[in-house]
Amino acid sequence: MTSTDSSPEADRGDPATAALAINDLELAYVVRGVPREVLRGVTFQIRPGEAFGLVGESGCGKSTSAYAALRYLPDNAVIQGGNILADGKDVTKMSMADLRKLRSSHASMVYQDPVQAMNPALRIGRQVEECFRIIGETKEQAKASARAALERVKIADPDRVLDRYPHQLSGGMLQRVVIAMALAGDPKLLVLDEPTTGLDATVEAEVLDLVRGLRAETNAAILLIAHNLGVIRTMCDRVGVMYAGRIVEEGNAQEVFEAPKHPYTMGLLNAIPRHGLRKTDRELFTIPGNLPQIGTPLPTCVYVDRCPLADDLCRNEVPPVVPINDTHWTRCHHLERVGEIKEPEPATTDFTVGSETVLQLAGVSKTFRQRGSDVPALVSVDLGFAEGETLGLVGESGSGKSTLAKTLLGIHPADEGGEITLDGREVKSSATDRRVESIRAMQMVFQNPDSALNRMWTVRRILKRSVTKLTEVKGKEADARVEELAKAMRLSPRHLDMRPRQLSGGLKQRVAIARAFAGDPRIVVCDEPTSALDVSVQAAILNLLAHLQNDERTSYLFITHDIGVVRYLADRIAVMYLGRIMELADTDDIFEGIHHPYTEALLSAVPSVDGEAEARIPLTGEIPSPANPPSGCVFHTRCHRAIEGLCEVTEPEMVEIGPRHSIKCHLTVEQLSQPVEIKGDQLATLAD
Amino acid sequence: MLRFAVRRALLAIITLLILVAIIFMLTRVFPSDPARQLAGPFAPQERVDAIAAANGFNDPLTTQFGRLLKSVVTFDYGDSFSSPGESVISLVVPALKKSAQLVFFALFLTLPIAIIGGIIAARKKDTLLDRLIVTLGLASASIPEFVSGVLLQYILGVRLGWFPAISNVPDNAGILTTLDYLVLPALSILIVYFGYIARITRAGTIAALEADYTRTAFMKGLTTSQVMRKHVLRNSLQPTVAVTGTQIGYLFGGLVGLEIVFNYPGLGRLTFTAATKQDFPLLTACVITVAIIFMITTLLADLIIAWMNPRARLNLGE
Amino acid sequence: MSDGHYSDGKYTGDEPRDQFPAAAEDSIVGAPGEAIIADEVSPFHALKDDDDIDVVAERKKMRSERRRLLWRSPGFLIGLFIVFLWILCGLLPDLIAPWGENEVVRLADGSTIPRQGPSGNAYFGTDGIGNDVYSRIIYGARPVLVVAPLAAALSVAGGTILGLVMGYYRGWVDEVLSRIVEAFLSIPVILLALMVIVVFGATNPIIIMTIAILFTPVVTRTIRSVVIAEAQLDYVTSAKLRGERGLFIMVREILPNVSAVLIVEFTVRVGYAIFTIATLAFFGLTAGDATAADWGKDIATNYRLIQSDQWWPSIFPALAIGSLVIGINLIADSLDKVAKA
Repeated sequence: MTSTDSSPEADRGDPATAALAINDLELAYVVRGVPREVLRGVTFQIRPGEAFGLVGESGCGKSTSAYAALRYLPDNAVIQGGNILADGKDVTKMSMADLRKLRSSHASMVYQDPVQAMNPALRIGRQVEECFRIIGETKEQAKASARAALERVKIADPDRVLDRYPHQLSGGMLQRVVIAMALAGDPKLLVLDEPTTGLDATVEAEVLDLVRGLRAETNAAILLIAHNLGVIRTMCDRVGVMYAGRIVEEGNAQEVFEAPKHPYTMGLLNAIPRHGLRKTDRELFTIPGNLPQIGTPLPTCVYVDRCPLADDLCRNEVPPVVPINDTHWTRCHHLERVGEIKEPEPATTDFTVGSETVLQLAGVSKTFRQRGSDVPALVSVDLGFAEGETLGLVGESGSGKSTLAKTLLGIHPADEGGEITLDGREVKSSATDRRVESIRAMQMVFQNPDSALNRMWTVRRILKRSVTKLTEVKGKEADARVEELAKAMRLSPRHLDMRPRQLSGGLKQRVAIARAFAGDPRIVVCDEPTSALDVSVQAAILNLLAHLQNDERTSYLFITHDIGVVRYLADRIAVMYLGRIMELADTDDIFEGIHHPYTEALLSAVPSVDGEAEARIPLTGEIPSPANPPSGCVFHTRCHRAIEGLCEVTEPEMVEIGPRHSIKCHLTVEQLSQPVEIKGDQLATLAD
Repeated sequence: MLRFAVRRALLAIITLLILVAIIFMLTRVFPSDPARQLAGPFAPQERVDAIAAANGFNDPLTTQFGRLLKSVVTFDYGDSFSSPGESVISLVVPALKKSAQLVFFALFLTLPIAIIGGIIAARKKDTLLDRLIVTLGLASASIPEFVSGVLLQYILGVRLGWFPAISNVPDNAGILTTLDYLVLPALSILIVYFGYIARITRAGTIAALEADYTRTAFMKGLTTSQVMRKHVLRNSLQPTVAVTGTQIGYLFGGLVGLEIVFNYPGLGRLTFTAATKQDFPLLTACVITVAIIFMITTLLADLIIAWMNPRARLNLGE
Repeated sequence: MSDGHYSDGKYTGDEPRDQFPAAAEDSIVGAPGEAIIADEVSPFHALKDDDDIDVVAERKKMRSERRRLLWRSPGFLIGLFIVFLWILCGLLPDLIAPWGENEVVRLADGSTIPRQGPSGNAYFGTDGIGNDVYSRIIYGARPVLVVAPLAAALSVAGGTILGLVMGYYRGWVDEVLSRIVEAFLSIPVILLALMVIVVFGATNPIIIMTIAILFTPVVTRTIRSVVIAEAQLDYVTSAKLRGERGLFIMVREILPNVSAVLIVEFTVRVGYAIFTIATLAFFGLTAGDATAADWGKDIATNYRLIQSDQWWPSIFPALAIGSLVIGINLIADSLDKVAKA
């Protein structure tokens, strides 16, 4: 393969004293006899006590680098060059016994999915004790150590947790347990592979707080892998940006995030809505092209096919490491030209919201029957959508966001008593009973396009079926309409005869959007439409959605966990908790000024790419079960402003605290504007 | 756990009830004239009428069904048609004992070989050895029991003379002698069930080896054998237990041919006799006995799984 | 018991957890030849492998990739070879067999040679009557190869209809039918078949229908579980959102996605049907006249002769049954592997 030049020299330090030093690591997976390169000369070092982050999109090799550090690699992985030094010893050449010792007492790991990472058949206690038995403790010692380990990760009731099985604990609690296990051997190096991916923002914040605290306490070096740039920004001292198996830029985290010097880093950071960017400001930056498939041979500069600066030099020579200062370097031939990469022009469209109400929900509830008892998943929701408006819906998982969407669409028929009106006419609660016009008027874009598109149908068939079902157009006209739709989604005609699995994630989502727009819908529910996509693809989809809305005057119900995205796209935001809307306001009012204590806590939990770290308001405990909601205000059990004797007794009404701004809270605006006192360490408690 | 067991047992009883209804329909409802069928086409009408009266074939169907249910509960199926004067149950019980001996012996031979074979195949996934075990399992499971019985009878019994070719165990045989007579039919069972069990064990073990918790165990610094013992097997053998539970029940189907070949006086041969002699009370009793065995073994398997994996208890109750 | 799925209208526990893209780098995605088409055409550079791809060629390539996987699998080839040979025997027994199925082998001098071991006169020896065992085996392929696929096809058809309805609609219909399916599954097929055929008589229609009905519950269970998984997917929700009727969703949306399972299931059932037919024949429950060639029945007639070392009239038919079922199961196994790849 391509030869990499001499390893970067900027601020190297002595590899022998580093907690981890990876030098020029080249690694390939052999698939059917053909080696496919995954890492193309990765070099980095982490000093004791330092936190180093690796960021990049899927397939860039960041997780492979992490697992390589502990030499946990699939059978078909081959290390083709370079070495890995941990504790001064070469991991690639270790005996199995040494490797086990390395894993038990020098370096340990925290994984992406804590639920899967624990053995479902064994009690927590046995699994934690095992870590201490390995390092030579007796049974009794291990028992005591396990208890202490759980206390160390701030679990309030270690004895009860030790006695449980993994499926009886929440993801956040399990991640604490995994961290406790990782710390058992007092490691010098802690590798965290997407440790908070899949957890709610509030839980994520707690886990990150915990890791931060432990880091100060143990002085362990940290290698953090995350695709979420905010997590890396708030956690790491230094950061490496990976693309296609190579680190393209490395430096002090703040510097890289504020003054990136590689075209890829710049693209990545510009593709996410930062610094409070709104759709009315400008389009999101998109990176042209697609992520290279894992293992495809790439010549010279790995980014050359997508780089606006690329020229013949980039195609013929591997870019050198160009130091910017002592700690910051980039791998680019054209450092002096990176300034040429422009942000998109300011938006010219005005994205006006109409005054006419398209859809109105009044007192809509949804109760599910589960094992003979009623579970209120949605409680008396009032919500209106204006023409061309985007209503953002946020809240933790289990708050009822998806239930609201599905009830509105009639997938789950709403309970008796509520009313859904479309353009002034009441619609039936179940989709199967609705009139053709109501069906046409409401469509949905799903989170996962793989699930949303019938994999045996061609794109043309998918679109044509929707066109014929949702409009009066038939035959040849329908074919023409399909092609028109595809064009509007920037799908090329040849995509029409493909099946979904031949398309990339972004293209699939475009097909799904085209399908939703086939019948000129009045309102489209977007349920996390970009959360399964990489950042660079997400930007293009968000731009597309914004433009479609402006052209078609469609209303959106936009469900997301990504605060940056909702701030960019939404005109108004509704905050949900346990099936109730706790706050409803214009986007600007949500992010500035007074808001509901839950909103306050939720927003403060989000790790920001911009690093404006504010004091976090912790949410105590876990989200209660909707089957057994707390009395009074459902949020009082976790509220940092709860008033004793009031909040647990009476459920507050929705009150207007400003123009188009209402909250469901007993507190007055004055009370809410007082800063809160943040208590010290928060302990994790069991849900029941 | 108790709640799980009770709910699971209740489900089994419902299933059994439906099965009894199916059998009732097959033997009493669908045949237009069961008495005529019993008497034979050339019997005089008086005899047919007598049979119908004696067996209550003229009673309303609900009464007849009630009677059958009562038989199932009390384990009293009346007298056999083909061996007059003998109660059905006095024929079924000794035959069941014989079959149970054979089945236990066969499982004793099959389970260790098949489970170890499956684990080895999983550990050596995609190697020649794995492919050999998998293909061997597939091929052996394809052969009907009576076919492998005939082959073994000839090769090991007649040609090589290693084991008795006919399993007519002497009345007062000791345990070793009995087992000697049972080797060939047990091996025939092994041939069929080795494949099923080895393949399911392999699949379960591969899934467990690829699971995240196995990765966690390796990353703790455990040795491979510790990981296998403490983490993998407990999870990987669950499908094996489930399949073994159902296959024990199905095994009694294969016994029919096998016991004929080896002339072994078990439940299978009794079922065959009952069928050829149109002895419906006996046939019904045999079939329901097998169904009850199936219910019990699958119930046990589910309980073992629930004990092995607490998460499985979630499906029913808890 | 329960599949852990919930029907429409029941509370589904948690909402789907917010999901992020999984780090996929530890598995190499996409087999070679299955090129994923890139998102947008770069305004700066044309992407490799992009514009020039002929769509038709692309799709052919994908199909041929699957086919190549199949044709490269030795199990599939061996299975196909075995089954092909038996089909040939079933189609043209008169051309292949040296003697008729009830023809007594006569030497040049007109003498008969009953109970003679394999020799040049009769490759597989002769049975008690003096018939050629080799020829009887060739003639014996036809009845099996007619009855088994028919029975298997009927059971797959029945199981598909039931599985679709139960898996898509769920609810009480599913509950009731599931219990009945469970009841059928709690008894070995061969015992119920024995019972039914004793009651109704051994004719081909009865044998085919009995096997078809008794296999239907197993097929139903398999299809139902894949349909349940499919019905959870959002393309089904999307179809409901454009007002499609249940029949359309089941037949046009879901059915194509379970077709690979159907093919595998059919092949597996053919194997089991042969297994069952041979066993029934061994019990004497077979259609056709008493002297017709039949593998199972021939074993039943002759296996006692093994004691007197006359193994050939029973061992050869036994090998015939074994080889045919093994052949079919090898094909089924390869199809299953390719479908899951």
